[in-house]
Amino acid sequence: MLEIVNLHASVGDRPILKGIDLSIKAGDVHAIMGPNGSGKSTLSYILAGRDGYTVTDGSVTYNGEDLLALPPERRAATGVFLAFQYPVEIPGVSNSTFLKTALNAVRRQRGESELDAIQFLKLARAKCKQLGMTDEMLKRAVNVGFSGGEKKRNDILQMALLDPKLTILDETDSGLDIDALRIVADGVNSLRGPNRAMLVITHYQRLLSYIVPDYVHVLAFGRIQRSGGKELALELEARGYAEFGVNEAA
Amino acid sequence: MSPAPNTSDTLDQVKNITDQKYKYGFVTEIESDTAPKGLTEDTIRFISAKKNEPQWLLDWRLKAFRHWLTMKEPKWARVAYPPIDYQDAHYYSAPKSTPLKKSLDEVDPELLRTYEKLGIPIKEQELLAGVEPTIAVDAVFDSVSVATTFKAKLHEKGIIFCPISEAVQTHPELVKQYLGSVVPYSDNYFATLNSAVFTDGSFVYIPKGVRCPMELSTYFRINAANTGQFERTLIIADAGSYVSYLEGCTAPKRDENQLHAAVVELVAHDDAQIKYSTVQNWYPGDEHGVGGIYNFVTKRGACRGVNSKISWTQVETGSAITWKYPSCILQGDNSVGEFYSVAITNNYQQADTGTKMIHIGRNTRSTIVAKGISAGRAQSTYRGLVKIMPKAIGARNHTQCDSLLIGDKCGAHTVPYIESRNKSAKIEHEATTAKISEEQLFYCRQRGLTPEDAVSLIVNGFCREVLKELPMEFAVEAQKLVGISLEGSVG
Ligand SMILES: Nc1ncnc2c1ncn2[C@@H]1O[C@H](COP(=O)(O)OP(=O)(O)OP(=O)(O)O)[C@@H](O)[C@H]1O
Ligand SMILES: [Mg+2]
Repeated sequence: MLEIVNLHASVGDRPILKGIDLSIKAGDVHAIMGPNGSGKSTLSYILAGRDGYTVTDGSVTYNGEDLLALPPERRAATGVFLAFQYPVEIPGVSNSTFLKTALNAVRRQRGESELDAIQFLKLARAKCKQLGMTDEMLKRAVNVGFSGGEKKRNDILQMALLDPKLTILDETDSGLDIDALRIVADGVNSLRGPNRAMLVITHYQRLLSYIVPDYVHVLAFGRIQRSGGKELALELEARGYAEFGVNEAA
Repeated sequence: MSPAPNTSDTLDQVKNITDQKYKYGFVTEIESDTAPKGLTEDTIRFISAKKNEPQWLLDWRLKAFRHWLTMKEPKWARVAYPPIDYQDAHYYSAPKSTPLKKSLDEVDPELLRTYEKLGIPIKEQELLAGVEPTIAVDAVFDSVSVATTFKAKLHEKGIIFCPISEAVQTHPELVKQYLGSVVPYSDNYFATLNSAVFTDGSFVYIPKGVRCPMELSTYFRINAANTGQFERTLIIADAGSYVSYLEGCTAPKRDENQLHAAVVELVAHDDAQIKYSTVQNWYPGDEHGVGGIYNFVTKRGACRGVNSKISWTQVETGSAITWKYPSCILQGDNSVGEFYSVAITNNYQQADTGTKMIHIGRNTRSTIVAKGISAGRAQSTYRGLVKIMPKAIGARNHTQCDSLLIGDKCGAHTVPYIESRNKSAKIEHEATTAKISEEQLFYCRQRGLTPEDAVSLIVNGFCREVLKELPMEFAVEAQKLVGISLEGSVG
């Protein structure tokens, strides 16, 4: 589904990613772990198409298509979803307006019919319930005044509505309380299936005991240093990143 | 190190999307009766004679004109434009086919088609049993009103809704009593010019205790070239009455600038309420700043009675230059003034707009919410005055001024004047300036929105407090307009 080959990327003129190779098949869940500042979020932004993050070498193919050639909204329409490490606030725009606009924008691009207000609300309410969120969250302005955990949950609500094919979760677990973590993990797991894939960025093994990955990769210094199965996460939890030359003084 | 990702990168990427889509820019081919170019006492006599006006009104116009000759164009606003040649314009233009309209059936079909194209209902729809009309329209085409709907229905309640030139004939005593009573003929350069040469506009009178059963609306259309539009609107809400009035406007795309200098006067008596909403969408000029309307307007409301209320809501998206300060004179004790404004400027548009709240009576209250959005190379200024007179015990004002910048070549300025001569007054002023962040745009785009839709959504969110004040009929239209006005500015 996703084929990343020799990917080099810079922020401004500072090289961050220095040759990433990663192949994700439909049905797979890959986890990426790695020290702060190693380039995990940068990789997620490159895949989603954020301005200012430039690819200097290599390629990314998504379902046979050159992903890097598409503007962000097209990528979203073809099923790429990024749950942000820091979800953004949009004052004055209600969550339900935002969700409905996004959902219909995506449906339009996919050639599907748009949902009217009533159909949308029914769907949104059902998804809210699934994620243990109150309807009140739909009325509030997008992420404004949301707690850290609520913001993350709100991103997962968006994911549930937009029904993505390739989901990238960037530290979705940070800031979630224990119950919320389980609820979010259930939401994510319900999207697992033979036609979908996931890239889960996290610092903690804990999330991976709920969303069990097929593969775990260690990203450090802009490259994937090691790959393995789910047991690699446990090993990292015990030993840290010292073996990859990362100073653990902090 | 090259700059980190910021808004301007995004801007560059999507700058070339489209030029302004001003969909009302067409011209109606219609034969007109036009005054020769130029402005002299003869021009004024010509207009007055066309309208068959009584002597007192001609005298009033001439007094204004003579005063105007002694005045200088104001220069204090933060707008720049080449000198206006007042002799190089027509001051009267009317479609020939509609000399003295009697009923809607007699209106020139070409005019009806024009309004249809503009989406303005000037045909009275067949009334279904039990379905009440929600809006009555007075359509002003260049210098004359060409149609007014539902007059008869309103007449049943004693409401007068007609062109002001007709009111001069049918209700001269009301016009004489109130015309110039809120904005005197000598008020300011543009208002004085308007007093001399005003051509048409709407007249509204709501009798005591009557709640107007539908929205009243005037739709202004400038069609003729090189013609100034000088309309005059007068709305009187007698004791205990209520009216909601909407004003809309468009003009064809033309390369030369055209002058629009209107005057609106509102009078609210005891316990009366007037809600006045404007969606101003005059042609703004092209993306290089060529053409567009100069919109120099004086709007003022007098809360004469106790517990009266006047509320101005404006969405200003059009015009090359906007110079406009809808104001409230809070004379009656416990009277309330409100001003809700969204001003959007794009490309080379300039807007200097705001309000004046003059607190005279006791316990008078005013609220100001002004949202300015600038994109492209536009300049937007909020200019407001809150004045508390010595007898205004317990007066209160709250002002909220927010500016949103899109890109880094535009500007937003806030100029609040506060004069308080009563110690018991409470005045609060808050102001913020923000930019649409690259983060917000990316967040929206990652969820499937195009840059234009993202900007429209974010800006609509920014304006929400104001847009929610608009009557339902206008709110949806205004939201769309917000998006369209910013097209091509950014992403
Ligand atoms: N906009 C930017 N301007 C300058 N430097 C940036 C920018 N974005 C990222 N960087 C730098 O790129 C490097 C990689 O950042 P990135 O956010 O991808 O790390 P990360 O692996 O996600 O870290 P964390 O675990 O802390 O989230 C960091 O050194 C960071 O400072
Ligand atoms: Mg990160």
